[in-house]
Amino acid sequence: MPPSLQTLTTPTLLVLVLLTASAVSSSSLPPEDGIRVVSAEKRIDLTSPIVKVYLTLKVENAPSASDASQVLLAFTPTEAQHLAIVKATRAEGKRKKKIYMPLSVEASDLSSTALNGARLYSVLLGAPLKPGETTTLEVLYVLTHTLEPFPAEISQSESQLVYFRDSAVLLSPYHVLEQVTYIKTPSNRIESFTRVDPTSRAGTELKYGTYKNQAPNSYLPILVHYENNRPFAVVEELVRKVEISHWGNVQITEHYKLRHGGARHKGVFSRLEYQSRPSISGASSFKNLLAKLPPRVHSVYYRDEIGNISTSHLRTDSLKSELEIEPRYPLFGGWHCTFTIGYGLPLQDFLFESDDGRRYINLTFGCPLLDTVVDDLTIKVVLPEGSKNPQPVVPFVTEKHLEISYSYLDVVGRTTVVLKKKNVVGEHNVPFQVYYEFNPIFMLAEPLMLVSAALLFFVACIAYLHMDLSIGKSS
Amino acid sequence: MVTTALDFLPAPLRSLRLKTKQQELLLRVSALALIYVLAFAVRLFSVLRYESMIHEFDPYFNYRTTLFLSENGFSEFWNWFDSESWYPLGRVVGGTLFPGLMVTAALLHRLLRALSLAVHIREVCVLTAPFFAANTTLVAYAFGREIWDSGAGLVAAALIAIVPGYISRSVAGSYDNEGVAIFALLLTFYLFVRAVNTGSLAWALASAFGYFYMVSAWGGYVFIINLVPLYVLVLLVTGRYSQRLYVAYNCMYVLGMLLAMQIRFVGFQHVQSGEHMAAMGVFFLLQVFFFLDWVKYLLNDARLFKSFLRITLTCVITVGALALGIGTASGYISPWTGRFYSLLDPTYAKDHIPIIASVSEHQPTAWSSFMFDFHILLFLFPAGLYFCFKRLSDATIFIVMYGLTSMYFAGVMVRLILVAAPAVCLISAIAASATIKNLTTLIRTKSKSPQATSGKTTGSKAAAKGAVDQSLPFQHNAAIALLLGAFYLLSRYAIHCTWVTSEAYSSPSIVLAARGHNGGRVIFDDYREAYYWLRQNTPPDAKIMSWWDYGYQITAMGNRTVIVDNNTWNNTHIATVGRAMSSYEDEAYEIMQSLDVNYVLVVFGGVTGYSSDDINKFLWMVRIGGGVFPVIKEPDYLVNGEYRVDKGAAPKMLNCLMYKLCYYRFGELTTEYGKPPGYDRVRGVEIGNKDIKLEYLEEAFTTSNWIVRIYKVKPPKNRS
Repeated sequence: MPPSLQTLTTPTLLVLVLLTASAVSSSSLPPEDGIRVVSAEKRIDLTSPIVKVYLTLKVENAPSASDASQVLLAFTPTEAQHLAIVKATRAEGKRKKKIYMPLSVEASDLSSTALNGARLYSVLLGAPLKPGETTTLEVLYVLTHTLEPFPAEISQSESQLVYFRDSAVLLSPYHVLEQVTYIKTPSNRIESFTRVDPTSRAGTELKYGTYKNQAPNSYLPILVHYENNRPFAVVEELVRKVEISHWGNVQITEHYKLRHGGARHKGVFSRLEYQSRPSISGASSFKNLLAKLPPRVHSVYYRDEIGNISTSHLRTDSLKSELEIEPRYPLFGGWHCTFTIGYGLPLQDFLFESDDGRRYINLTFGCPLLDTVVDDLTIKVVLPEGSKNPQPVVPFVTEKHLEISYSYLDVVGRTTVVLKKKNVVGEHNVPFQVYYEFNPIFMLAEPLMLVSAALLFFVACIAYLHMDLSIGKSS
Repeated sequence: MVTTALDFLPAPLRSLRLKTKQQELLLRVSALALIYVLAFAVRLFSVLRYESMIHEFDPYFNYRTTLFLSENGFSEFWNWFDSESWYPLGRVVGGTLFPGLMVTAALLHRLLRALSLAVHIREVCVLTAPFFAANTTLVAYAFGREIWDSGAGLVAAALIAIVPGYISRSVAGSYDNEGVAIFALLLTFYLFVRAVNTGSLAWALASAFGYFYMVSAWGGYVFIINLVPLYVLVLLVTGRYSQRLYVAYNCMYVLGMLLAMQIRFVGFQHVQSGEHMAAMGVFFLLQVFFFLDWVKYLLNDARLFKSFLRITLTCVITVGALALGIGTASGYISPWTGRFYSLLDPTYAKDHIPIIASVSEHQPTAWSSFMFDFHILLFLFPAGLYFCFKRLSDATIFIVMYGLTSMYFAGVMVRLILVAAPAVCLISAIAASATIKNLTTLIRTKSKSPQATSGKTTGSKAAAKGAVDQSLPFQHNAAIALLLGAFYLLSRYAIHCTWVTSEAYSSPSIVLAARGHNGGRVIFDDYREAYYWLRQNTPPDAKIMSWWDYGYQITAMGNRTVIVDNNTWNNTHIATVGRAMSSYEDEAYEIMQSLDVNYVLVVFGGVTGYSSDDINKFLWMVRIGGGVFPVIKEPDYLVNGEYRVDKGAAPKMLNCLMYKLCYYRFGELTTEYGKPPGYDRVRGVEIGNKDIKLEYLEEAFTTSNWIVRIYKVKPPKNRS
C-alpha cells in the first residue's frame, strides 16, 4: 500500500484513491524519468464560473539524465474535456531581471500510455533543460463547465451553491517533492470542503498542504461546496461575421445564443420581489453584460429577432469602447436569450499590407463579452468580392474552411473564411490574421454597375420620349 | 436675359432650350416626383421615432404569413394549416386570408433579391405600405386628370400624399391589407372611370385586373362591387346610358368576378352572397336595357315599343324577384353578414354582435376625428362637390358618388375614414385647383392689361379689356388676398399633417413611449419583453391563453400556440376564453384544463397608467362570454351599473380570474408617491382586493413595468 492512503480522512473517497493509488504502484515510467518537481504551487481561482488554475512548477532534471526538451502536465479525463486553454511560461533570469518566456503547449501523444485515461500535455521548453538544472514554469489553465450547481434547482430567493471537484495533490507524471494547493472562493460562504490534512481555511481561501514527497500520479479527490452568485453566462453559440469593405469599413455582426448556465430556476418569478429586494432576490441571476469592443467603433446596434432592444449603453474613449447590454429580461438559471450585436470599425485600424504585397486583416479572436464561456464559436471573415488565396493565421488549432457568401450587388460572391472553435474563454481573445490577395480594381465594379444602371434608365427615358410607338398614324 | 444668353450658344446646345409644353411637362414630372418622395418620406417618421418594426396587431399576422410564404413558397402557403392558432381547432390560413399583401411583399422581396440587394423580408414588409402610398399619389394624379384636369390631379396627388386619414394606416411598419388596398381601390376606380370615358375594352380589362388585385388584398372590395353598380344605375336613371358604359361595366364585372373567384377566401361569394347581388342585378339590367335599346331601334315605332317595354319589364322584374326569392329561401344566396348590416345601420353591431362593437376602430366616428384626419379638406369637400355639380360629367358623377357614400361609411366606422380619404382628397383638389386657377387668371389678366396696351397683339388687348370691363371693384386685390388665404390654408394643412403624422400616427403601439420627469423619453418595451420571454423560456408546444387582441402578436413574436387571436372567426371559442377570464379561479381552471392551457397572459396598466389594458377591456369579455354562456351575467360585475375595481366593486368582480391575475401582489406595491400601496394609476383608485391568493396558477413572469403578466397553469394535483 502506498503511503498516500494514510493522509486520507474521508472514507468515501477511499475507493477512488485506491484505484489511482494501485495504479501508481504499477507505474509506467514517466517519459523522461530524470525530471522531478521540486516544488509545486497550485492556485485555483473559483471566483467566477470559469475555473482558472495557476500552477507554478519548479522542475529539476536529474544529474544523471539526458537533456529534457519537454515537461508533461497531466489532466484527468473530465478535466481534459472541459479544458479551454493551457498556457505556459518559463521564468528566466533572477529576481529583478526575471523575464517570462512564453512556451508552446500541445497535447502529447504519450496520453495513450498514461494511467487511467489521464491526458498528458507537453510543455515544450524553448531551451532544453540540462541535467542537474532547475527551471520554473508558470502554467495557467482554464476549465469551463466544471462547477456543478447543487442543488440543481433553486428558487428566486435562494443563492446558488456549486460543487467543485479536484485533487488536493498535484496530478503529475513526475515525483513531486513539495506541493501546496490554494483555493479561492468568491465569498465566505463555504458549505463544506473535504479535509486532507493539513488543510486550513482563512476567509475566502482554502489551503491544502504542504504535502511532501508525492509519488507520480497521486490523486486525492476533494470536494468544495460553496456559494457562487457570479453570472454564469454561457454563450451556447456565437457566430461572428466580419465583412470587409475596401471603401473604408469593417462591419462586424455577432449572433449570440446566451444561456444562464447555473442552477435552474424553479417555481415563480415575482417581479415584486425582484424589484423591491434586489440584493436577496434573484442573487444568482444577472441582467446585464459588458462587451469590450475596439476603439473608434461606430453604428453600434443591439437587437434580436423581434426588433431593437433599447437597454444598452455605449462608452467610448480612445483606447477602448465598452458596450453594456441588458437582455430584455433578467436571466435566471436555465433561461435562454438570443440577440445580435453589430458595429462598424474604421478599416485603417485593421487592414494592413504585408511585405509580399498581400493584404491582411488583423482581428481579435474570441468573444467580446467579458467573463463568458463560448461553447461553439464560428468566425466568418467575408473578404471583398474578387479577393483570392485567403490564408488564416490563428495561434491555436481551429477548424477552417472556405465558403462563398452573397451580399449587396454581388455577382460572383465573396470568399468567406470560416473558423470554428469549441470551448472559448477570455484567454482566447488574441489577434489573428487573414491574408489575401486583392486587386483594387474590383472596388470599382459595384459603383460602375450602379452608374450604368442609372445611365440605362435615362437612355431608356430619352428613347421613349423620342420614339413614336403607336401603330396607326395619329392625325 | 436667359434667352439672350442662350442665343449665343452653338446650335446643337440651343436645341436644348425647352418649349413651353416641355417646360410644363418637366415641371409636372418633377412635382410628381417630389410628391412621390414626400409621400414615402413622411411615412418614415415611425422608423425615425422608433425603429423599423411591424406595428400593432394584424400586421404581425401578415408578417408571419409573409415570412412563411417567402420561406416555403406559394403552394405551401396556399395549403397552410396553422396549428399554432385557435388551439385546438387550428386555422386554414390559405383559405381564410386575403393573400394580396403577402404575395406583393414576397414578390418585392424576391425582386430585390434578384437585383442582388440583400434586404431582409422584414424591411420589405415595413416599407410596403409607404411604397404603395407613394404609388397611390400617382394614381390620384391620373384620376384627378381624368375627372378634371392635370392641375387638379397634381393637387390631388399632393393632398393624398399627406392626408392623415390615409397616413394613419400606411406609415412604415403598418403592414396591413389597407396599405395596398387603398392603392388597388383607387386604381380600380380610376381604370373604370377611364374605361367609361373611353369605352375602351383595354381599360375595362385593366380595371378588372385592378379589381382582382383589390379582392386579393382586402375585404373592402365589397365597396367597389356595390359602388360601381350603383354608379351605373345612377347613370341609367339620369339618362346617361352609353355604349361606353355598357362595354366598361360588362367587361369589368364579368372578368372581375371570374378573377375574384380565384381567391379562396372569396370563392363563389360573387354569385352566392347577398352583398354581391346588386352588381349582378345591375349586370342583368344593363343587358335588358341594351336589348330594349336594340328592339327600339328595330321597331322604330313608339307605341309598339311601349307595350313591348311593359311586357319585358314585367317579365324581367318577376323573373329577377323570383330568382332572388328562391335563392334566398333555399339558402343558395346567403343573407347579408353582420358586418355589412352594421355598416348600413350604425346601431346594429351594438345590439347583436358585441365582438364587432368591442373593437375601438369599429366605433362611430367623432367629429373631432374627422377634423383631425381631414383638416381643411372638410371645408374644401363641399366646395369641390359644388364644382363637380357645375361641370357634371360621367367622371364627376362617379367621384361625387364615391365621395358621398364613403363619407357616410366614414361616419359609421372610424376605420373607414381611410376609404373616404382618397375621394375627399380628389374632390377637395378639384375645389382647390379650380379656385386657385380662377384667382390666378384674375390676377394675370389684371397685371397683364397695362402690358397689353403697349403689347404686340390686339387680340389679347381686347380680351384683357373685356375682362377688365366685367371685373368688380378691387377685384385684383381681393384675388391676391384670397390666393394668399388659400396658400395659408394649404400650408396649415401641410403643417397639421406633418404634426399629426409625427405625433399621433407613428407609434407602433408595441413599444410605448412616454415623457419622464426630467423631460427625457422613457420607453416601455414590455410587450416584446414578455413575448420574447415566452419565445425563449417556455416549451415550444406551450399553449398560451390571452384575450384575442394579443393572439397575433404572441404567435408572431412569441412563436407559441394561442387559443384565440385577432381573426375572431369563432365567436364561441372567444366566448370560452371570455368566460374563463370572468369566472372564479377553480371554474376557470377547469376551462383551461379542457383547452390544454399552459400559460395565461394578461395586460395590466395599473403601474404605468397604460389605459388600454385588460381590466378596461374586461366588460367586453364578460359581454362576449355572456353572449354564448348565459352563466356569465354582466350585472354581476357591476355595482349599480357602474364598473369599479376598488373596495366598492362587485364581489364577483373582485374574485374573477382576470382581476386576480391583474392585481396579484399588486397590493404590496406603491405606484405613486403619497398614495396607498395598490393604487391603480389607470382607474385612479386603490384596489379592492389586496390579498389575492392563487391556487391553480403561479406567477411565471412579469415585465419590468408590469404591463404584461404571465402565469403558469399548474398541473392537476395527484389524486389522494
